[in-house]
Amino acid sequence: MERNQMRRQLALIRQSFFDQGFLDEQFIQLEELQDDANPNFVEEVVTLYYRDSSRLILNIDQALERNPLDFNKLDNYMHQFKGSSTSIGAKKVKAECTQFREYCKAGNSEGCMRTFQQLKKEYAILKRKLEAYFQQARQAGPLETACRSRN
Amino acid sequence: MSGMVLGDDEWVDGWAWEANLKRESKEIALSLPPLSPPAQDMLGLLSSIGAMGMATESQFHVLAVDDSLIDRKLIEKLLKISSFQVTTVDSGTKALEFLGLHEHDQSKPSTLTISPNNHQEVEVNLIITDYCMPGMTGYDLLKKIKESSSLRNIPVVIMSSENVPSRISRCLEEGAEEFFLKPVRLADVNRLRPHMMKTKLKDPIQEKHEKHEDKDDETEKPEHVFLSIFLLEELHLPKRQLVILPNHIHVLESERTKLSFGSFGVDFGVTTSYVSGP
Repeated sequence: MERNQMRRQLALIRQSFFDQGFLDEQFIQLEELQDDANPNFVEEVVTLYYRDSSRLILNIDQALERNPLDFNKLDNYMHQFKGSSTSIGAKKVKAECTQFREYCKAGNSEGCMRTFQQLKKEYAILKRKLEAYFQQARQAGPLETACRSRN
Repeated sequence: MSGMVLGDDEWVDGWAWEANLKRESKEIALSLPPLSPPAQDMLGLLSSIGAMGMATESQFHVLAVDDSLIDRKLIEKLLKISSFQVTTVDSGTKALEFLGLHEHDQSKPSTLTISPNNHQEVEVNLIITDYCMPGMTGYDLLKKIKESSSLRNIPVVIMSSENVPSRISRCLEEGAEEFFLKPVRLADVNRLRPHMMKTKLKDPIQEKHEKHEDKDDETEKPEHVFLSIFLLEELHLPKRQLVILPNHIHVLESERTKLSFGSFGVDFGVTTSYVSGP
């Protein structure tokens, strides 16, 4: 596919992430930190996020198997998870985190477990989308997104 | 050359100077009284700041403390983009180790000492720390730093993902300079430099003061020299617009800006045309 066409398509895909609520403004903040010194900064951060948070997911899964649930512990885990998700602009994932914490505060086991399933789903969807996006971006070459201007 | 030149007695009173600036909208020539050695040193510092311009900024070293790997990566990037030197650690304990603080005597927190070697090697101009961390929280770290006679002058900024007013005021009351809500942005990091500048410029004055103890204090107005330097830095003037003569600093062309330092508040607007030569 011709380069310009690839880039146009990429830009549309990128926009859809925002339009469909997968990503928020924070993702743009990350893009603005990308520069010639760190041309793959956004991808690095996202990769780091998925690696780092997989550990948390495991911990939460295990904690959810306990009976009764330790809501305090779960809330702590989720506080961390929400923090990282917020930092990369993962909007839907972040919303599930918030919901989960509400259920923790209410001591609602059923709610926690249900929300966590939903969270994992959103988490996986976003991962697939972003992986595909970064791969396409590499094929298309440097893309004019919200990058820092270089003079 | 047209412009407002401050006489010696006008300079004596910083507030009169402020009033004059508000009235005038011309290029400002800051006329200093004959400078004492400490003030001359300050002027030397100023001209080197003017000469180095942006290069000066890379001298500031920030210690960032956060238990989150992602947030450490982000804050590091934000700080590096702003031309700061960065060290990141993942806990308050590690931060104190880095700062050379050793808790020899648990019963007397004020005698936390710095080992001489560390003090020389590690110069930290600002500490930015997350609030919620396991073990030692950002607040605990803030307290320890402010309790240390050797570290208390280092500005500390707290970050938190949670907007809790009581938490914010507690931190500010304990001596934090700023409280940033996460996710931290470039605009937030841009607010850090003035805090670092204050401490960087303060020390030379105090050191020189000690060296020149026998000098007549009447002739020295170090606060006013400080003010002028801070003012000029706030204006972010490139070198060509800063003309420094032995008793005279010409400030050419600036935009409306607000400068505040401690109790000094200066609000002025200057429109000028470039003037070549004295």
